[in-house]
Amino acid sequence: MWFIKNAITRKNLMALTGLFLCFFLIIHLLGNLQLLMPPNEARLQYNLYSDFLSNNILVKLISYVLYASILVHTIDSIYLSIKAKKASGSSYVVDKRNRASKWYSRQMMLLGTLIFAFLVIHFKDFWFIYKFGTLPMDSAGNKDLYGLVVASFQDLWYVILYAISILVLGFHLLHGFFSAFRTIGLYNPKYNRIVKLIGVIFAVSMTIGYFVIPFYIYLNV
Amino acid sequence: MKIDLKVWRQKNQNTKGHLESYVLEEVDAEMSFLEMLDMLNLKLAKQGERPVEFDHDCREGICGQCGVMINGIAHGPIKNTTTCQLHMRYFKDGDTIYVEPFKAKAFPVIRDLKVDRSALDDIIAAGGYISVNTGQAPEANSILISHEEAESAFDSAACIGCGACVATCKNASAALFASSKISQLAKLPQGKKESSKRAVDMVNRMEDLGFGHCTNTEACQVECPQDISVLNIAQMNYEYNKAKLKK
Repeated sequence: MWFIKNAITRKNLMALTGLFLCFFLIIHLLGNLQLLMPPNEARLQYNLYSDFLSNNILVKLISYVLYASILVHTIDSIYLSIKAKKASGSSYVVDKRNRASKWYSRQMMLLGTLIFAFLVIHFKDFWFIYKFGTLPMDSAGNKDLYGLVVASFQDLWYVILYAISILVLGFHLLHGFFSAFRTIGLYNPKYNRIVKLIGVIFAVSMTIGYFVIPFYIYLNV
Repeated sequence: MKIDLKVWRQKNQNTKGHLESYVLEEVDAEMSFLEMLDMLNLKLAKQGERPVEFDHDCREGICGQCGVMINGIAHGPIKNTTTCQLHMRYFKDGDTIYVEPFKAKAFPVIRDLKVDRSALDDIIAAGGYISVNTGQAPEANSILISHEEAESAFDSAACIGCGACVATCKNASAALFASSKISQLAKLPQGKKESSKRAVDMVNRMEDLGFGHCTNTEACQVECPQDISVLNIAQMNYEYNKAKLKK
């Protein structure tokens, strides 16, 4: 079977799950932009949207792919990091090798670990409470997730936590997006330039997009 | 000029190495880095000490035999240059220079700065060739290859196998080395026929030898004396994935 042992196959898995997570980031951002509407409208609209997501069978199936992608991406990265550590042997006394590449391309594991830690908090504070906790209902009879989100982002430290995490995610994407295409074998120079540009645009727009929401809520709602 | 050297000394594979300090007083700016090491060895020999061992051959920047970490960078601070083509004019009077061997699990130190890079030969032996007898050179126009293709294959073929990519890679991956051969042959009609089998065999051998994987930091191309493109690695991945999906 082609998906078991070797590192290129493992890297393919990293690339494909990573790209799926990139796709999810777009959808997640688009959905959450509803938080920027005027408060009364936003509350009903956002809660209705959340209710739709948690009851739609298709969305449910995709969410399982999402959970699986996060797990595979995480486990694979740990496996590959250990393997790379073993391969690199003893370290240099004077090491200036980092001059040759972007710092974030060398720190994907660290950035990923921080993102994972953020995800634990993010899931605990919203996903878990929405799914298993008790939330008051809004006037339309949907769970008031909007109220929970707004209440959470009243704390400045929480907003800062999100800002830092999103910045970390941005750098992870800056390397991850184009790297995924290289891994699955895109070698045409022209398409590589295009993909690299799209990757930068993607990383920057995701960072700005996710940045705006917590700050907007903290300052305006 | 005066140079303060910190050179890695290691008796053999099984002993631990350490940095040893040497001071060279009259280093000439016109000397190559290896000539400066020759000067050190002459001094050591006169004092009855064991000279510093290092690999070298042509000293013209084409054979790929020399190669050490100079101040933490493979082949030193000047880009697209082998150690032998690095000259002392790039250093200043009174500089401290750290000299270490290339390090990777697949590159055991034999002695001092001399490293066993035969693992690279093993990768080539796994498939970096065309397995038919090509005989005499055929009539030049009997196999048509466009100029761009020929040049592109030649760019990949420029690898001198020095191992700087492995030493530079944070994962000690030989992906740039293996992929330059894989894509060089895949770009030409004679090599294309076996490109799938070659990619699979070479990639698998590379892994068995204990090299790491590629994370596209692109450091290898920057430090490569021949500026081999990292897109070769993408082509290796393409050939490998294509081969595995077809099976």
